[in-house]
Amino acid sequence: MYRYDDFDRQLVHERTEQFREQVKRRLAGDITEEQFRPLRLMNGVYLQLHAYMLRVAVPYGTLRADQLRQLGMIARVYDKGYGHFTTRQNIQYNWPKLDEIPDALLDLAKVEMHAIQTSGNCIRNTTTDQYAGAAADEIEDPRPYCELIRQWSTFHPEFTYLPRKFKIAVTGSPNDRAAVKVHDIGLRMHQNDAGETGFEVMVGGGLGRTPFVGKTIREFIGKNDLFSYLEAILRVYNRFGRRDNKYKARIKILVHEEGIDKIRELVEEEWAQIKDGSLRVDDAEIAHYIEQFAPPAFETLSDDDADFERHKSENRRFANWVRSNVIEHKQPGYAIANVSLKPIGGIPGDATDTQMELVADLSEKYSFGDVRVTHEQNLVLPHVKKADLFAVWSELDKADLGTANLGYVTDIISCPGLDYCALATARSIPLSQRISERFGDLDRQHDIGELKIKISGCINACGHHHVGHIGILGLDKRGKEFYQITLGGDASQDASIGKIAGAGFSEAEVVDAIESLVTKYIDIRESGERFIDTYRRVGMDPFKEVLYGDR
Amino acid sequence: MSLQVVTANRLEDGLVVFLTSDGNWSENINDARIADGKEAADALLAEASAPELDIVIVGPYLIDVEQQGADIVPTKYREVLRTKGPSVREDLGYQAV
Repeated sequence: MYRYDDFDRQLVHERTEQFREQVKRRLAGDITEEQFRPLRLMNGVYLQLHAYMLRVAVPYGTLRADQLRQLGMIARVYDKGYGHFTTRQNIQYNWPKLDEIPDALLDLAKVEMHAIQTSGNCIRNTTTDQYAGAAADEIEDPRPYCELIRQWSTFHPEFTYLPRKFKIAVTGSPNDRAAVKVHDIGLRMHQNDAGETGFEVMVGGGLGRTPFVGKTIREFIGKNDLFSYLEAILRVYNRFGRRDNKYKARIKILVHEEGIDKIRELVEEEWAQIKDGSLRVDDAEIAHYIEQFAPPAFETLSDDDADFERHKSENRRFANWVRSNVIEHKQPGYAIANVSLKPIGGIPGDATDTQMELVADLSEKYSFGDVRVTHEQNLVLPHVKKADLFAVWSELDKADLGTANLGYVTDIISCPGLDYCALATARSIPLSQRISERFGDLDRQHDIGELKIKISGCINACGHHHVGHIGILGLDKRGKEFYQITLGGDASQDASIGKIAGAGFSEAEVVDAIESLVTKYIDIRESGERFIDTYRRVGMDPFKEVLYGDR
Repeated sequence: MSLQVVTANRLEDGLVVFLTSDGNWSENINDARIADGKEAADALLAEASAPELDIVIVGPYLIDVEQQGADIVPTKYREVLRTKGPSVREDLGYQAV
């Protein structure tokens, strides 16, 4: 894994000390809230409904054991014993005190972590496939490129005051687990006709109040040219992106209003001027970063493990967990183990200090000290020997981390919603809990199969409702929470934006409404069809019928 | 008549506070000074927005409330949550005390 060099270390420490001074001046009254607000936001500090919130970056969703352990410590010392993993592969703390945040940042810096690029109109923390470096289906580990993007984008002087925030996501696999098509820039690794590995570049995707699937601006860009090409896109956006209206300031609006052909023309023109400059990264430098993410020292193992098979046949709960939460690894004898942060009836993405410490310990013992955060708000132990899976699950299970529901109806994405968020218009978490309880029976979940429910508590769509197979958007209607349902969204390589089914439902009605959709799907599905497949085959009408009847 | 109180977040810890009769800030909405009618509400907000309070609180604003017996209760659910804490964690926030 990437380790800080002296430059990174100095950068983060200087930033922490700067912020300490800024907080001191704010508390002394030397700067006003108006002056302080942009400074705190550049350090991941928001003011939420009940308290400050600190958002900590987990670059490309990769954590070392010591880092996760430190996140647990910070939850205990500076917060109320828990943290919330988000759809940005980050972690948020809900109760830090302003004057203690500089100390928390210093403790983060000790393990090479920070809150840089988690807020403000800059290029945000780059996200990627949580199975990077482990997935059997990937072309190449995308993280060396994510790290290069991080180095290029961190404190980039030209791109610190963009028209709006800017998010880049990368997948190294044809099976997109990073939702790259709904980011400002999505990069999909693939090979061109000459057999070279590079990236398809998509631009102008996004969720929020105006959702779009990204459009391909370039079918293929070679690795050496990636960074100058990204710079060219950012320059075009920085120059032409709208600054007159916050709601029209994202690059998706620019792409939509000008058209992808026009944007491509502008980017190519810009790129022609800079492509042979200092941003061209040579093979030796790329190799240096690939080396930083070299695979751990895997043992040569048979892919079959007798004990593993025996445990599965003897323990039904373990077998169920393997069925949903364990994914094929590229190395024979190893597996990817997903740690669900969605216990039935629990709060999606929340983990306690001791749970974080346990996963850190398990990663050290069984997964080369490597942990991942997923945009679906779960954790991953990416490199576990099949022979160790039973031991890992047993420990997880004791800590309420062994829920066997990855990809099922209870594996719900939910934003914090009105329970925490100052922007929210309705609560999301209680709804996710009630849906989880309604469908908690595992046999029923197996029967339903893959079904992605995603819930946002406002139009900003942090809960990705636009790309849920079933999406739920919480709104405020004359002081009461009500919920709008969208169908047919998809965050994968087949990305699509869900369509609004019709009038919204009250808090009391909405879980029944979801159940009626699921029942309808089971009723009309053809063999092997997931909910999304059935929806694509039959369209909205049959589902609308069960929701509204003659209404 | 519409009843209103002023709320804000306290600068040092971000916690929810309410402007009281004696010009202080309380964590308990029942300590809040109630303005009855627009004129009183404007005066209350003006007091809360004094520049010298910038080192005490952040973002003061008026909320609608009702008097329910001895209790002052916000009419909007968002503000009810602010007086209590997260509905999904009853062990946290003011409701836990």
